[in-house]
Amino acid sequence: MEALQSNIAHIGKPTSRVDGKLKVTGRARYAAEYPAADLLHGVIVSATVPAGRITKLELDRARAVPGVVQIFTHENRGKAAWLDRKWRDEVAPPGHPFRPLHSDRILFDGQPIALVVADSFEAARDAASLVRAEYDIDDFCTELEVRRPEAYDPPEKRSGIPPPPEPRGDAEDAFDRAKHRISSEYRINAEHHNPMELFGTTCVFEGPGQLTIYEKTQGSQNSQGYVTSVFGLRSKNVRVINHYVGGAFGAALRPQQQLFFAVMASLELKRSVRVTLTRSQMFYIGYRPDTYHAIALAADNKGRLTSIMHDAVAATSHHEDYQEAVVNWSGMMYHCDNVKLSYALAKLNTATPCDMRAPGASVGVNAFECAIDELCHDVGIDPLEFRRINFASIDENTGKMLTSKALLECYQQGAAAIGWDRRPVKPRSLKDGRELVGLGMATGMWDAFLMKAAAEAKLTADGRLEVSTAASDIGTGTWTILAQIGADALGLPLEAITSRIGDSTLPASPVEGGSWTAASNGSAVMAACEAIKATLFKHARAMTNSPVAQAEYDDVVFAGGRIALKNDLARSLSFAEVMHAADLAEITETGKAAPSLLQMRKYISYTHSAVFAEVRVDEDLGVVRIPRIVCAAAAGRIINPKTARSQILGGVVMGIGMALHEEAMTDHRLGKIMNHSLAEYHVPAHADIADIEVIFVDETDEKVSPLGVKGLGEIGIVGTAAAVANAIFNATGRRVRDFPITLDKLLA
Amino acid sequence: MPQPSPTTMVPIVLTINGVRHELSLAPWVTLLDLLRERLGLTGTKKGCDQGQCGACTVLIDGRRVNACLVLAVARDGADITTVEGLATGDELHPLQAAFIEHDAFQCGYCTPGQICSGVGLMQEGHAHTREEIREQMSGNICRCGAYTNIADAIEDVIARQSASREAAE
Ligand code: FES
Ligand code: FES
Repeated sequence: MEALQSNIAHIGKPTSRVDGKLKVTGRARYAAEYPAADLLHGVIVSATVPAGRITKLELDRARAVPGVVQIFTHENRGKAAWLDRKWRDEVAPPGHPFRPLHSDRILFDGQPIALVVADSFEAARDAASLVRAEYDIDDFCTELEVRRPEAYDPPEKRSGIPPPPEPRGDAEDAFDRAKHRISSEYRINAEHHNPMELFGTTCVFEGPGQLTIYEKTQGSQNSQGYVTSVFGLRSKNVRVINHYVGGAFGAALRPQQQLFFAVMASLELKRSVRVTLTRSQMFYIGYRPDTYHAIALAADNKGRLTSIMHDAVAATSHHEDYQEAVVNWSGMMYHCDNVKLSYALAKLNTATPCDMRAPGASVGVNAFECAIDELCHDVGIDPLEFRRINFASIDENTGKMLTSKALLECYQQGAAAIGWDRRPVKPRSLKDGRELVGLGMATGMWDAFLMKAAAEAKLTADGRLEVSTAASDIGTGTWTILAQIGADALGLPLEAITSRIGDSTLPASPVEGGSWTAASNGSAVMAACEAIKATLFKHARAMTNSPVAQAEYDDVVFAGGRIALKNDLARSLSFAEVMHAADLAEITETGKAAPSLLQMRKYISYTHSAVFAEVRVDEDLGVVRIPRIVCAAAAGRIINPKTARSQILGGVVMGIGMALHEEAMTDHRLGKIMNHSLAEYHVPAHADIADIEVIFVDETDEKVSPLGVKGLGEIGIVGTAAAVANAIFNATGRRVRDFPITLDKLLA
Repeated sequence: MPQPSPTTMVPIVLTINGVRHELSLAPWVTLLDLLRERLGLTGTKKGCDQGQCGACTVLIDGRRVNACLVLAVARDGADITTVEGLATGDELHPLQAAFIEHDAFQCGYCTPGQICSGVGLMQEGHAHTREEIREQMSGNICRCGAYTNIADAIEDVIARQSASREAAE
């Protein structure tokens, strides 16, 4: 920390991605792009019914396609673990993990039922299309509304997900007695991650039981652990590499089907195998579950919140109890003495949902912040003023203190940037041509986690530093920020640093998710670099005639590849001299990061934001345009404002998708998702996105992580859809409580 | 009735990034799979294989095309430029450099398609405003949401090109 402060060169400076050149020239290789000798191609065949049993599989026509090598089904699949728990990955929710080809049972539509392996992709694809299955179909239900009455409190809680807090005060009584109150129901439809890269795995067969696996994953070590556990392989014989990941947004946290299939086929056939999912198959590997939100709020005349009740029901699968923190946010966004929250699950015949960008918060906060806007309207108070009045300075769910919360600055700077004073007080009162104009806002919030992580740093006598940790860069900028951290720690130019990530053989790392990578892996890298500095200093002092012989560690600085006396910079030694004198070709040290349990008893950390949106709605056609969004975030120290800004932009764009575009459309009579393609599941495109301004307010937080970093991957999406919905209300006077807000709902 | 086999080889010639390739190909091979699986040119990406995302955009005889929708044998004689063919030696194409400068990507997976599409758009010469850039780039999806930065990068290069054209006149 000391050295960073005395020597800030790269941290905080907008820095172009170190992997940028590889990405713009097409040389960055993704999982399905690695060559292998004698490579076979696998194509998965998916079930076309949502529940039941396979009664017959017709494979003859598929087998007859020239080039087909093998077709795997539940009748001849390769050996894999029997015990349920062997299939559980690091982030699995409670329940029974899905085991591909385990039996003839169908658990959800789109479930893989066969793998066709051929010597060319075309042959495998063609043969896969010729596989015919017959089924005995069981009763099924894919509609949350139908199952909602049977919703239950999940008996086993998912690790890392806090259940809703106990009620405080008497929310019902306060609601009954309140002057102003609203009670509404919101629904947010299921969404699909749809990263641009198709899920793919290239499994290189290096010898019996020995594999190198290029895999689309957010955690190389999670995938590695899964493969060794499921197939009973030795840890040292399986290496998983994920240097570049073409987006994931949570979908690649858990090992997906293509990994199982590529490895199973490779072990059985003793050949290298590549398996890639189709776009449509990617709609069956997990999704953001549909949620219903019953929200009741009350306030007094002055706009002070007196009651908060938020009951959410979310979908999960029959085989796993997937859980998120959906309602907890409602108990800590604002100060309120009477709070009652609940969260329940309902089982559907679908794949298990999986974490998608800001899981829980993006839906829970969205619904809650819309309801707050309704309450503001009822009280007749400016929504921004309301949020200032009800500012919470501690986490009222746990009673813990916050390590920092520069949210008021977010409100102030965001409001100034959007021109909040232009907002018409009366809904549907501002018109420009044929468009109704409105402004809306919302607060955003996400956890600032510090996870256990390890790193290694290696300094060589030529003044180059290598920092490594098994982190992943899914577009987050991890390659770049780790290099920046290394450069500043040792006072070296950025070009002298090489980051190594995306490889299961590197020092232990959690999966890349939850916005914790910069804080956790970054802090571990910094610790490793600090250890190198200590070693360098020790050797420097031991040198004959050393200028630092009498100095203490605090008396020196590391800059420009030299150790110098702080009060006499001319007296210095180069790293090379020190290492030469100590007869060292390199210095390698490790570092760790972990949360402080002592601190956690008293403190808790969150990232905050204020999102402001301007919308224009065509009065006749209901078409919504969003000319401008401002997201002001308080996220601690920003290592790289350039890539950090992109993180927020990406979150905001996905939030716009939630507000206006994205929804899985299921035909509940068939139990099938009907829009499983990018043509029919609309994600925001260029034409949908106009101007987005990102503001990082100053926030110093020395407790949240050794680097003072909070993380940015999720915060951009939280609150964005609510800000848009609230702006639509301001523009049109219509409150749509069913997301996405498509034009049919606006015109209805 | 005997059917013509999709695996009967057809000889074709393609010029890819300035290099002439004499190929013998089955008719069911798309240009995209030819590039990625047979020629090792994995810079061109597959995001849907259905013409819906633009990740596979390449330039065929100067025009931007979704390579996943093209059967390679149908383009016998064509001149193809992929993302690997845009730079001159170590010198990046101005749009590639602008993408880095403006951080016009995150995961990088849509990027080759965006860049080829942007180059095609500039050659078409119909985009003069930011609105038009956004409209005419809408066939290229970026799930990471780098749209504003992509528009900045393209706008920047168009502005610099027209500035240098004016200076030359
Ligand atoms: S892969 Fe060709 S358009 Fe998506
Ligand atoms: S950069 Fe990831 S999809 Fe565009």
